[in-house]
Amino acid sequence: MSRNDVLVTVDWVQENLGQPGIVFVEVDEDTSAYDGGHIEGAVKLDWKKDLQDPLRRDYLDKTAFEALLSSRGIANDDTVVLYGGNNNWFAAYAYWYFKIYGHGDVKLMDGGRKKWELDGRPLSKDAVDRPATQYSASEPDLSIRAFRDEVVAAIGSKNLVDVRSPDEFSGKILAPAHLPQEQSQRAGHVPTAINIPWSKAANEDGTFKSDEQLAALYGEQGFDDSKETIAYCRIGERSSHTWFVLSELLGKKNVKNYDGSWVEYGSLVGVPIEK
Amino acid sequence: MCGAPKQGGSLAGIDLSTQTVIQGSVWHDGAPVAGAYVRLLDGTDEFTAEVVTSPEGEFRFFAAPGEWKLRALAPAGKGQRVLEAETGLNETTVVLE
Repeated sequence: MSRNDVLVTVDWVQENLGQPGIVFVEVDEDTSAYDGGHIEGAVKLDWKKDLQDPLRRDYLDKTAFEALLSSRGIANDDTVVLYGGNNNWFAAYAYWYFKIYGHGDVKLMDGGRKKWELDGRPLSKDAVDRPATQYSASEPDLSIRAFRDEVVAAIGSKNLVDVRSPDEFSGKILAPAHLPQEQSQRAGHVPTAINIPWSKAANEDGTFKSDEQLAALYGEQGFDDSKETIAYCRIGERSSHTWFVLSELLGKKNVKNYDGSWVEYGSLVGVPIEK
Repeated sequence: MCGAPKQGGSLAGIDLSTQTVIQGSVWHDGAPVAGAYVRLLDGTDEFTAEVVTSPEGEFRFFAAPGEWKLRALAPAGKGQRVLEAETGLNETTVVLE
């Protein structure tokens, strides 16, 4: 696995629009972005409406994921290229999700929607209708997903990477600052976690930093290559971005994303918290 | 949810006795800029949040009292502003150069 296997440039995307066997997928929380203009031919996935179980706090089960991808016209042998707003946070979450269910060839568009827009590249408002498929997913690969008990057990033994902003890590604020600061959970972080904000891995235009810069970043912040790793944020999408960097770009082994993240951990009764 | 709510508009439902709201608009050549990327950086210049301006060029953050930096990025240019926020409403403007 290397950068070229998992990341494509905006130029590559523009050159490959309309190519059979490649499906472009925009992933946002707020689909008004997609509806206001999207990459030509791209289908949309709504992070909340499409990718979350409608009742429990969890992602879709295998059957529901198969139904979703089939309805969007995505086939098992398609190359899926994901992109989105928020510096690809939700696209990275979807990448991790497609990996959980064993999709063969999935990539991120480097820089996401922001890079595309800042370059002034064309957006289309045309409705996209792909013929339905019969998608077949694998059983979920839990080797890349961490659950709460594992996080508690990892205190003091694994790399716990808190990718939120320093002010969230220290407990000064409880959510990224574009959201109201009214949350029920306690503020702070998991003891022994190191704070390496996701944003340190990205350039201002949303593209990822170079492999050399990324390797230096985690090394400097005390990341121990000999240990297993769990990344978390508030709800698991920014930590998907870091999971992508660690696992897919830098090729580190045994990296898990804790999608329960601070919303879950900070609400657990009796677990240790540091501020 | 980490996606930003709709930018700008009414402050209804926002408790200004507890929230530290930083809001304003991005301007260039005497007109508001829609679709600009505005990020909020903390006192150490670290990224805290980013939103895209509304059709009226507006942005809004929910922060905490203290010093913050706003950086705006759009095809038309870049702009920056430092401000000291207090609990309640803090309004400002970022001009692109």
